[in-house]
Amino acid sequence: MAAIDTATAAPAVAAVSPLPKRRRRPALSVFQWITMAVVALFVLVPLYTTVLGGFKEIGELRVNPFGFPASWDPVRFTEIFTGSKYFASMGNSLVIAVGTVILSIALSSMTAFAFAHIKFFGSKYLMGYLMLGLLFPAATGILPLFIKMRDLGMLDSQWGIIIVQAAFSISFSILLFYNFFKELPRELIDAARMDNCGYVKIYWYVTLPLCLPIIATVGVFNFVGSWNSFLLPLIVLNTDAKYTWPLGIMQFQGQYGSDWPRILAYLTLSLLPAVVAFLVAQRYIISGLTGGAVKG
Amino acid sequence: MASTAATSGGVPSVARRSRYMDRKSLVPLLLFLPPSVILFTVFVVLPMVDATTFSFFDWTGYGPITDFVGFDNYADVLTHRNWGTAVRNSLIAVAVSLAIQLPLAMWCALALSERGPAINILRTVFFLPFMLADVAAGLIWKFAYDGDYGIIPIVGHWLGVDTPYVLADKFWVMPAIMVVITWKYFGFHMMIYIAGLQSIPGEVIEAARLDGVKKWQIVRHIKLPMVRSAIVISVFFAITGALQLFDIILPLTNGGPSHASHTIVSFLYQFGILRMKLGFGGAVSVILFIACVAVALAYRRILFKVEQS
Repeated sequence: MAAIDTATAAPAVAAVSPLPKRRRRPALSVFQWITMAVVALFVLVPLYTTVLGGFKEIGELRVNPFGFPASWDPVRFTEIFTGSKYFASMGNSLVIAVGTVILSIALSSMTAFAFAHIKFFGSKYLMGYLMLGLLFPAATGILPLFIKMRDLGMLDSQWGIIIVQAAFSISFSILLFYNFFKELPRELIDAARMDNCGYVKIYWYVTLPLCLPIIATVGVFNFVGSWNSFLLPLIVLNTDAKYTWPLGIMQFQGQYGSDWPRILAYLTLSLLPAVVAFLVAQRYIISGLTGGAVKG
Repeated sequence: MASTAATSGGVPSVARRSRYMDRKSLVPLLLFLPPSVILFTVFVVLPMVDATTFSFFDWTGYGPITDFVGFDNYADVLTHRNWGTAVRNSLIAVAVSLAIQLPLAMWCALALSERGPAINILRTVFFLPFMLADVAAGLIWKFAYDGDYGIIPIVGHWLGVDTPYVLADKFWVMPAIMVVITWKYFGFHMMIYIAGLQSIPGEVIEAARLDGVKKWQIVRHIKLPMVRSAIVISVFFAITGALQLFDIILPLTNGGPSHASHTIVSFLYQFGILRMKLGFGGAVSVILFIACVAVALAYRRILFKVEQS
């Protein structure tokens, strides 16, 4: 966050510098512009053909891959909307993602608060222990995790996914909160302590209201991770009605084989929420996904 | 768990001495720490312990674990006829990420850390694929590569090149997957670099420019060294990400043709999880775990530096 903010301020300084206009070079060279255009094509063409493909007949895909469709008949899209699966799977994903975000923020902010503001014996080691989760991906332990969830009766349950996803995101979330809490002025906490305010109250009334930006960052990070996650729901869920959207889309693809226009329509509709959310909350999303990595 | 016990046990003696520590902090600690620690232990740490246990036994997942087999499971994994391919493919993914994806990301970041409306749009466009689920990205490209209706063969036909059905070709399948990975992830690394580049004070670049330093020299001697921590982080993400490559493989090829495109994780899924071979899967998990931890430990010092700065 900070990185991006200071960054946008930095070129402003350059803009008011006393350099005469004619000596300023263009920001990008021609060669750079050309490569940017090539990369943009590389990124956009698959997306573009996907969106348009939903309107085309199967034979049209072959003869007219890049042009506009012969007719803008949205029949495949309305079919998906009126079917039951699309909204159900989106709803399931939403429930799981929101649950993961809430659980993860609640737990990691409390724990990070303890590490940042309360001195206690062994805090360094306990923090180190919780940071072990940064070392290896969830996929590594997926098989014993499956057995554990089975033994705990958590299979085929959305709660199971929420809890496990929160557990796996906890290391990184704690780290983000911890770094943020450390930068809060120490005097704030001390003043509250002088006034005989307990740590729980400090956490709730002093710290939390100050850390909305980092809550947004952690929230976005966990939401996107959960919304797109595939392996865990794939292994845990086996009732169609509980499928998340990545599972739903795989099922849809399996069902319609190479009826590409139908699949492309479904893909387009599945991408839509992510793209809209991205355009609306771009700032938070970018800092949420990269902000943990680079601190300004 | 042991650490929590030690924590609460150590409280009274330390309390008297430390300025910030008093009886008041015991209740908050008991409220703030155990939920995370328990959740983390049960669902992250214990499964890895279990995986290690499973890997030394022959177990079907039901009843008591009794059939100790020593290192047989590891031997089975290492001599599995698709294991070599899976490891090779994962290493290819690591190599391509480092050698192609990251330089591409840096090239774009250097251009797009400047200001301008077109630049903002490009930045958004390049980041877009990263926002999509891996599964969706996989299906989009499965269509693009489709031998009958996809855009790649059609463009190839226009150019007079006879493109094979790439995803069904044992040789071309991996390059095809690498294109998808680059498409999906370079924008993420680009954003990390942009954040780093933009935190370089504008005066530094301006001063160098006034001194007549050439553009590429500024990049080489000022910009790249100053975004070192961003590079370190993105290299780490690229390696661990490539090692756990799975979500894209399944929709694209499901490991085919004839198991030529398996990665370590899709190998684990195909031969360990789907067939419920816990000992075998456990051994794969342990090997992958060791690989990831080795990478992470090699990076630990640098990571801690970044955390503290």
